[in-house]
Amino acid sequence: MMFGFELNMSYVLIVPVVAGAMGFALALVWWERRILGFWQDRLGPNRVGPFGILQALADMIKLMFKDDWLPPFGDRFFFVLAPIVVAGSMLLAYVVVPFSPGWVIADSNIAILWFLAMSSLAVYGVLLAGLASNNKYSLLGGLRAAAQMVTYEVFMGLSLLGVVIHAGTFSLSGIVEAQAEGLWFCIPQALGLVIFFIAGLAESHRLPFDLPEAEHELTAGFHTEYSGMKFGVIMAGEYVAMILTSCLTVLLFFGGWLGTPEGWGLDWVHPIVWFGVKVAVVINFFILLRAAIPRPRYDQLMARGWKILLPLSLVNILATGAIRLATV
Amino acid sequence: MYLFLFAVAGAVSIASTILAVTRLNASHALVYLIVSLLAVAAVFFLLGAPFAAALEIVIYAGAIVVLFLFVVMMLNLGQGSVERERRWLRPGMWIGPSILSGALFITLFVVIYQETGTEFMSKAVGPGEVGERMFSAYILAVELAGILLLAALVGAYHLGRRYMTDRREEN
Repeated sequence: MMFGFELNMSYVLIVPVVAGAMGFALALVWWERRILGFWQDRLGPNRVGPFGILQALADMIKLMFKDDWLPPFGDRFFFVLAPIVVAGSMLLAYVVVPFSPGWVIADSNIAILWFLAMSSLAVYGVLLAGLASNNKYSLLGGLRAAAQMVTYEVFMGLSLLGVVIHAGTFSLSGIVEAQAEGLWFCIPQALGLVIFFIAGLAESHRLPFDLPEAEHELTAGFHTEYSGMKFGVIMAGEYVAMILTSCLTVLLFFGGWLGTPEGWGLDWVHPIVWFGVKVAVVINFFILLRAAIPRPRYDQLMARGWKILLPLSLVNILATGAIRLATV
Repeated sequence: MYLFLFAVAGAVSIASTILAVTRLNASHALVYLIVSLLAVAAVFFLLGAPFAAALEIVIYAGAIVVLFLFVVMMLNLGQGSVERERRWLRPGMWIGPSILSGALFITLFVVIYQETGTEFMSKAVGPGEVGERMFSAYILAVELAGILLLAALVGAYHLGRRYMTDRREEN
């Protein structure tokens, strides 16, 4: 016991978790392109290997062999630091994610706060990338990213509080176990789920909320000057963030590793399978949103955040607290 | 082991704070400030206050310094501001602040040295205990802070609103 962090399987799990997150991120690049193609009535990458599955590998090899260019007009140190912060902070957040009972690197009693802390540090990656590039588009992208992520972090934190009130703990394992006794929190915390998911989209700045990049107005936003493996690391960081948000959505609102109720004849399925299936569904929903919804204007994104999501999340906390007080 | 980690975290925080003060480039100084805040969070964690450590990162490192960096980016300071900083940060400039902070340091050292504190890292304080204390013993401070924040919020809204209506009339 080390001050709230119980170290049980920790050291064994670190390597598989990092390798798994990066590996899935790589596979997801291919899967996203393929399934977007399917939804948009075209083929997508289907030439390299069976179903084009080696396309991601080919892309990665291409990125690795590209010239590792540093802009001579920018801030070299920050330019190198930024991709590390983007990917590193998101990978660090996996420390508290329980994949299955006991399968967690550190089962902390401040797990949710740790996740929020790491996602708030991820802002610096984008901000420093924009600052270091010394380029108008990058600077605008970095500014947008900072404002957007700081804003949506507020609602993300507030939307989680309803779940914390229900479960009575910040520990993610504790929250999953609390859902085993009653309904999954997606029913009593439906509002919290919607707000968390929107905030998660904005935090991982994916389409439709990819205004820091917004290629039709900002070239490529904060990573305009990035190429080669540095761009690859930023890209991997984004996919790692998307998988992380999906994991958190499943853990907080969809019962984590919990499967069907007892007596359905499915007790032999390992909990990790349930977890994986749920995460895959949420990830595909992420991709579907990208295919279905156009990008809002930047001021609309900010205004809707502060004027709609903030009051809604406060009402959600008030209502949850009142119900909790009335029933306990 | 904890003592060693504590010493490392403390040393990192002191070193990065000194670097944050002495850097000429504002954005470099802010990055050192972030490192300093992270090191302080590590110190809190090692002292058995994980909740305070997490809030230190979420609020200070994750929100407040982001806004500082945001402003620095908006100002778009170039080489000229570095030169100006260099003129301002002459060696002679350090004498006054050094004497003042040295006096403060001695005072703090004497006060802390006389305290017979609790045992080093005796127990971890969980989020629940912090919450109970905040809303019982420190309720007045919490309420006052809430009023202050509300006033700041209303003020910011007012300033932003007037600016926006002026802009609309111009157009």
